[in-house]
Amino acid sequence: MAKLLEIRWHGRAGQGAKTAALVLAEAAISTGKYAQAFPEYGPERMGAPMKAYNRISDEPITVHHHVEEPDIVIVLDPTLLTVGNVKAGVPDDGIYLVNTPLSPSEMRARLGLEGSKAKVYTLDATQVSMDTIGRNIPNTPMIGALIAATGLLELDELLEDTRRKLSKKLRPEVVDKNMEAIKRAYREVAS
Amino acid sequence: MSIRVGKTGNEAVAEAMRQINPDVVAAYPITPQTEIVQIFSSFVANGKVDTEFVTVESEHSAMSATVGASAAGARAMTATSANGLAFMWEVVYIAAAMRLPIVMPVVNRALSGPLNIHCDHSDTMGARDSGWIQIFSENAQEAYDNAIQALRIAENSNVLLPVMVTMDGFIISHAMEVMEILEDEKVREFIGEYVPENPLLDVDNPVTIGPIDLQDWNFEHKRQQAEAMRNAKPVILEVAKDYAKLTGREYGLFEEYRMEDAEVAVVVLGSTAGTAKAVVDELRADGVRAGLLKIRVFRPFPAEEIAEALKDVKAVAVMDRSDSFNAVGGPVFGDVRSALYDVENGPRIVDYIYGIGGRDVTPDHIRTVYADLAKIADTGQVENLLTYLGVRE
Repeated sequence: MAKLLEIRWHGRAGQGAKTAALVLAEAAISTGKYAQAFPEYGPERMGAPMKAYNRISDEPITVHHHVEEPDIVIVLDPTLLTVGNVKAGVPDDGIYLVNTPLSPSEMRARLGLEGSKAKVYTLDATQVSMDTIGRNIPNTPMIGALIAATGLLELDELLEDTRRKLSKKLRPEVVDKNMEAIKRAYREVAS
Repeated sequence: MSIRVGKTGNEAVAEAMRQINPDVVAAYPITPQTEIVQIFSSFVANGKVDTEFVTVESEHSAMSATVGASAAGARAMTATSANGLAFMWEVVYIAAAMRLPIVMPVVNRALSGPLNIHCDHSDTMGARDSGWIQIFSENAQEAYDNAIQALRIAENSNVLLPVMVTMDGFIISHAMEVMEILEDEKVREFIGEYVPENPLLDVDNPVTIGPIDLQDWNFEHKRQQAEAMRNAKPVILEVAKDYAKLTGREYGLFEEYRMEDAEVAVVVLGSTAGTAKAVVDELRADGVRAGLLKIRVFRPFPAEEIAEALKDVKAVAVMDRSDSFNAVGGPVFGDVRSALYDVENGPRIVDYIYGIGGRDVTPDHIRTVYADLAKIADTGQVENLLTYLGVRE
């Protein structure tokens, strides 16, 4: 793994970008890695575009500033592709993971990344969450898709930690549905 | 064995408060401190602490109730940010003058106006002459560690002063990172049973607290208050020593990062120190003799110790996350520069005001500061005594 991996989440307030970043950081920490998770706070209103960030490393992380050149960009809401610049600061060989029914090659064209070294992954996380959890909560499946795409964590490590975290707040059957969403996303993410 | 966890700064401080299990907490929510009070109130509701939790209608009342509880003999805490601290102002001074060992986490946020919820240090810097001990934290770990140590410092019979423990709003308060927490019994053993001096509830030994104090004795009492602040320095170091035995984490009045043989140094408080450390590592790898001094204890101000640490440096930049609006420089600059006054052939010193209203400070910003310092060290000339770093003008 790279010395320091930086991730930027694009979502709309209420879609769980912040929670996803926290879940990912906590799962990484539970495997002995070092991690940060922090949202970018603005005027808080449901549906407004917002960002959240992760730093993950095998070494302690001391820096405390915004992530400006993320290695990985995750887009929870495809309508954000026309609102802000999700490509801002991303290196040529950056990784994009987008919640969309489009194929990776269609999304690559949509992002204007034809011919670049960028890797583009897609998953219809909205559909996965509707089928498994019964509500549009794309953040949970997108974490599963992220680890499938990057190998950042083992699937079992993520499932175990997420189960522990969600069990504090949710009923067992809801936790199981979230587990199913992660597993299905892990299988279905396309590149 | 400590426990390795991922927590936000607010979660970390709420956890410390749970382990401290104060007798009374009186608090009012304000962003970005709200989570501390909210999480702590859930500990109260779930019976995890024995605390009497007083929900008040304002910060003025929060501090008043905390003062009342502390005077009665309770271990009393509150927490606030920015305008909440400003609203407490009157009673903040009274808490110190009454020598009440209250511990208050303050999540640093810009003081309005213009209205802003993000980090700068204008709130606690404004309270620097209030008679409270002020301890700044770089990250969630330090906020947790400082909150626990603060109890022992405040309650020491040679001190008996209230303590503010700060962390940077959002940057630390709302960011999850890796930290270690202690077992509950270790914390309780470390802070010990609180034995208040002259509590109001000791009805067999009645005392008067907070009466009028005019020309005849007021000056003597203020003189004692000043002495208590002097006494705090060795106590802070003793407590840190004991804490290091428990955790392996060592704290001083300030942290010297790669200061050995440093020619240029930055003095900074709070989360920016972590970002600056990464820049120092990078510069050191390039052969630049760069160092960093992170102030942990701002009140009492470790003037002699800082002068000793900086005396051989050629150029020093102080980074102030608030402005004094005195048309000279920020509050940290004033104190550090004054500390260096008696050093013969001491360093040249300049000030950078940065990060106001939560403006992000990046490694690039800090690189420019060290580049400026290299030039000053070379020429011995200061072109700009004060620079506003990262502002459009």
